[in-house]
Amino acid sequence: MSASTLAPLAESTATRVARNLLRSRELAIVIVLALIVLVATTRRSSFLLSADGWRDTLLAPSILLLLAVGQMVVVVTRNVDLSVGSTLGIAAYVTGKIFVANPDTPVIVVFLAGLGVGAVVGALNGLLVTVFRVPALVITLGTMYVLRGALTHEVGSERMNAQDFPAHFEKLGTQQVLTIPVLTIIALVVVAAVGYYLHTARGGRELYAIGSDPDAADLYGLPSARRVFGAFVLCGALAGLAGVFSAARYATAFSGTGSGIELQAVAAVVIGGVAIFGGSGTVWGAAIGAFLLVTINRALPILGISEFWQGAVVGALIIGSIVLDRVLSIRRTHKLIEARDHA
Amino acid sequence: MKIHTKRFAAGAALAMVASLGLAACGSDDNGGGGSDSDATTVTFLPKNLGNPYFETSDAGGEKAVKEFGGTYDEVGPDTAGPDAQVTYIDTAAAQGVNALIVSANDPTALCDSLNAAREAGTKVVTFDSDTDPECRDLFINQATAEGIAKVQVEMIAEQIGDEGEVAILSAAANATNQNAWIDMMKAELEASHPNIELVDTVYGDDDDQTSFDKTAALLADHPNLKGIISPTTVGISAAARYLSTSSAKGKVALTGLGTPNQMRDYIEDGTVTEFALWNPEDLGFLSAYAGKALADGDITGKEGDTFTAGDLGEFTVGENGTVLLGDPYRFNKDNIGDFDF
Repeated sequence: MSASTLAPLAESTATRVARNLLRSRELAIVIVLALIVLVATTRRSSFLLSADGWRDTLLAPSILLLLAVGQMVVVVTRNVDLSVGSTLGIAAYVTGKIFVANPDTPVIVVFLAGLGVGAVVGALNGLLVTVFRVPALVITLGTMYVLRGALTHEVGSERMNAQDFPAHFEKLGTQQVLTIPVLTIIALVVVAAVGYYLHTARGGRELYAIGSDPDAADLYGLPSARRVFGAFVLCGALAGLAGVFSAARYATAFSGTGSGIELQAVAAVVIGGVAIFGGSGTVWGAAIGAFLLVTINRALPILGISEFWQGAVVGALIIGSIVLDRVLSIRRTHKLIEARDHA
Repeated sequence: MKIHTKRFAAGAALAMVASLGLAACGSDDNGGGGSDSDATTVTFLPKNLGNPYFETSDAGGEKAVKEFGGTYDEVGPDTAGPDAQVTYIDTAAAQGVNALIVSANDPTALCDSLNAAREAGTKVVTFDSDTDPECRDLFINQATAEGIAKVQVEMIAEQIGDEGEVAILSAAANATNQNAWIDMMKAELEASHPNIELVDTVYGDDDDQTSFDKTAALLADHPNLKGIISPTTVGISAAARYLSTSSAKGKVALTGLGTPNQMRDYIEDGTVTEFALWNPEDLGFLSAYAGKALADGDITGKEGDTFTAGDLGEFTVGENGTVLLGDPYRFNKDNIGDFDF
């Protein structure tokens, strides 16, 4: 038994590197992303090379980045969180309310408030999913509607407008350090921190184990409920932070803020090579998926593709990445069987 | 804490309405058409209370009612819902108010109540949002599609010097009213502004991110673009936010339909020169006068009837008992400070 699993490691370095590269799902999306940026920039150099274009290319994905990272952590445990769009909307509105009450509120306070509001929603989702053992798809579909309804009830037709946000907060939406937007820097720090945790920490590896085989994880004595709960709290908190980002970037919040973005978050995760049934994938992949999705939406109008086809292109991308995953996984299985038979 | 007070207030209002209704039932000899005093009683029933748009329109109504020496009242539900207004209509009818001015949450759900009120002698005027024509005496229409299309073309023509490339940032591609306006704007551009070229129409889906992306793409795709028309409130504020932070600020004109609160910062920082919408204050003002004209028996609501609405002048009832407020109102640096909605 142990000999067969060890056998592939005995291969030459060259084949191993080649296979690792082939296995690296992230590489495929990076190439697609680079191609899109290249083609769009060739067509309109301002897409990347103008000051606005450079800023937008980096800034536009920042909100979806946060959502995709949170979603990835939940998906890897074989769950899903569809309520992130509603959470984002609530956090954006709360941000506006805080500034209306006191325009001099330090930015750090609204960031913490956003994280807090999101974490509460995440804890609610996590409790419902782990205590009642109902599929997360159903639970979060429910909380998505409940929260959106509550928000609409509270907000009505009112809007938070540019005049409601203080100038220093609005400035944050486009502020750059060494030409890199601040919001993007924060999002990348989150990506790095969560990615490092999932890759190295015991708790992070357990999330993969739970998603890979929940029953086995339980039998093995992993604290499944606690870990899944934690994943939902993190996802909710990041969605709340994304709400603050949204308020800073768009300088507006209304009852419909963030509706529909939950599906983009799931799409980014899937495009990024995270298995929808859990157990595999990386935070980097989800982050690149978010970058790709946002960049494609920005690039397609410039490439002259009719807007009515843009949804179709994104859909094809999702299906394409699933097929790619499937092909890679079949190939891997074959290789493993081959290795076993040779052993 | 704030939520609690609000809930409490809502509960209290409900209780009050209920007791008012009961009181009215108790003394039904007071009900029925006409009022005891000479003062015309006018009750405003907006879609919901606490909505800045309706606060502005109802303030216009109050101004008119004071002007003609009537008695003004405002009632309404906390949140807009199809049948949330029924109890308020029933109460107003029981109180025998002379004119009820309603912005209908639903074109049909209110019909039974409104018709019962009319049978009891209350004149019903709808404004902002109409019901089916058989359920009211008059509808005060804020603007026509032609007027909306025309004012936007005029504004962009003024702002870009009547020549150059313009584009339209719309809402969803299948939004009926948007498409009707766009078609009329195209016709108007062709007919009266031959030097303006409409180079693109894009759809922001009334979503901030999408409207942002589409605005950026318009700017990148059309280096000679002189102006953008956005006939949707979400679109124009997203486009304004994008322009205000981009190098195109001040070079590319932006106009369309928006509300003063949404656009105030962008008017002040010079991103936007002028945009349009109707003036809700005038709308409420006209509605109150229409209610009075009906209650006094000056008009019956049939086509061709004319009445005067204070400073706004004389109005004529059109097809289907509809009165048009007039051309959309233009908001710019000089007047935006007067509005809060």
